[in-house]
Amino acid sequence: MAQHKVNYMADSGLPVALTTVDKLVQWGRSNSLWALTYGLACCAIEMMASGASRYDFDRFGTIFRASPRQADVMVVAGTLTKKHAQFIRRLYDQMTEPKWVISMGSCANTGGMFNTYATVQGVDRIIPVDIYLPGCAPRPETLQYAVMMLQKKIRKQSAFQKAKTKRLV
Amino acid sequence: MRAYQDRKNAQAKVYYKDRFYVSPQLPKEEVDSDEVFAKDLATISKKAEVKEAYIQRGQLVIILENRHDIVAVAKLLKEKLTYTQLSEMSANDFLADRGEFEVFYQFLSMEKRKRLRVKYSIKEDQAVDSLYDIYKSADWAEREMYDMFGIVANEHPNLKRILMPDDWSGHPLRKSYPLQGDEDAQWYEIDTIFGKDYREVVGPEIRDTKRIDPKDTENFARIGKEVPRGANPKDFDENYDDFQEEGGVPLITRFTKKNQKTLTDRK
Repeated sequence: MAQHKVNYMADSGLPVALTTVDKLVQWGRSNSLWALTYGLACCAIEMMASGASRYDFDRFGTIFRASPRQADVMVVAGTLTKKHAQFIRRLYDQMTEPKWVISMGSCANTGGMFNTYATVQGVDRIIPVDIYLPGCAPRPETLQYAVMMLQKKIRKQSAFQKAKTKRLV
Repeated sequence: MRAYQDRKNAQAKVYYKDRFYVSPQLPKEEVDSDEVFAKDLATISKKAEVKEAYIQRGQLVIILENRHDIVAVAKLLKEKLTYTQLSEMSANDFLADRGEFEVFYQFLSMEKRKRLRVKYSIKEDQAVDSLYDIYKSADWAEREMYDMFGIVANEHPNLKRILMPDDWSGHPLRKSYPLQGDEDAQWYEIDTIFGKDYREVVGPEIRDTKRIDPKDTENFARIGKEVPRGANPKDFDENYDDFQEEGGVPLITRFTKKNQKTLTDRK
């Protein structure tokens, strides 16, 4: 059996890293953001491209899930119609805390070019949004940037604070 | 063709109307110019009273006098005249001009390679006879016509809305229906999800597409650097939209401009 002599005092010192529980937990959370696919329109194509091999979201720990129970972040990609609004709210409610929402593309942000009777004028009327991602449709790099900004936001949050009551509950 | 609109100010409403503008129409030809159509029209004329008939864009257009003739005409078209497909049917809203809807049916004969259109007019409170028994494609088409115009199809087996939700009010394709929705439509998602009490909490829809407010960080319509929701932009420095903190993130390589590499060849 090989004997390893560990020199604790060499190089970078003791193999001990000091941190806070907050930082550790949120570091873990931010690097395994499982996303609920919410492809509603053409933005979904860009979202799928982000998950595929060229842009490879798995690098960020962002793995797309088809179930709200297993998801941390909802990526609303596309036009939300009024008929569908109640279902997006139900799926959001089914996600477990902590949960975040990325509103992807002009239609999800503000209704976009669909200034009509049948389109919800921004998903933030229904669910609280953390990151607004402009573009029509945003390129996969832009979605990556949004996810990284969300990771930064999560790292700043406290791990054990009570789930903050967002605007609509 | 659309009427000319000044592109520089496309949002502004047109305040004038060209009094002498006549909307362009496709030329109409005599039915006798096509042998097949002439025969078809002769057969149909025996069964139903034809008000007007002409050929437009290579398609026979027949306008019926009596709306109840449509079932007999459709049966004849399918069984005798080989028009086996009802490719489309719906209505046009002419309530403001003439006080009536114009219902149209588009038939296709694969055998003759011909298309035929049957039209007739109905008043607002009148119903049409369903073609469901003859053409199965009339099922959804008639439901859509009911949804969009409020025209009822008699003896349809399942007449309910197809595009809009069941509890929707109004019929969106009528000319009298506002493009941005009536009051029910504008509050629909709030009313169904949270209840009417929440109208005050959420507030009315922002439909001004030109709206930009640099100081507003509550809503999306904002320019300038990224800041958290509701925060004052003055409290944040220019580097806030950098995706990594100043001190870096554990176990993640910090991206710097110095480390970046530009590839000249494709790997």
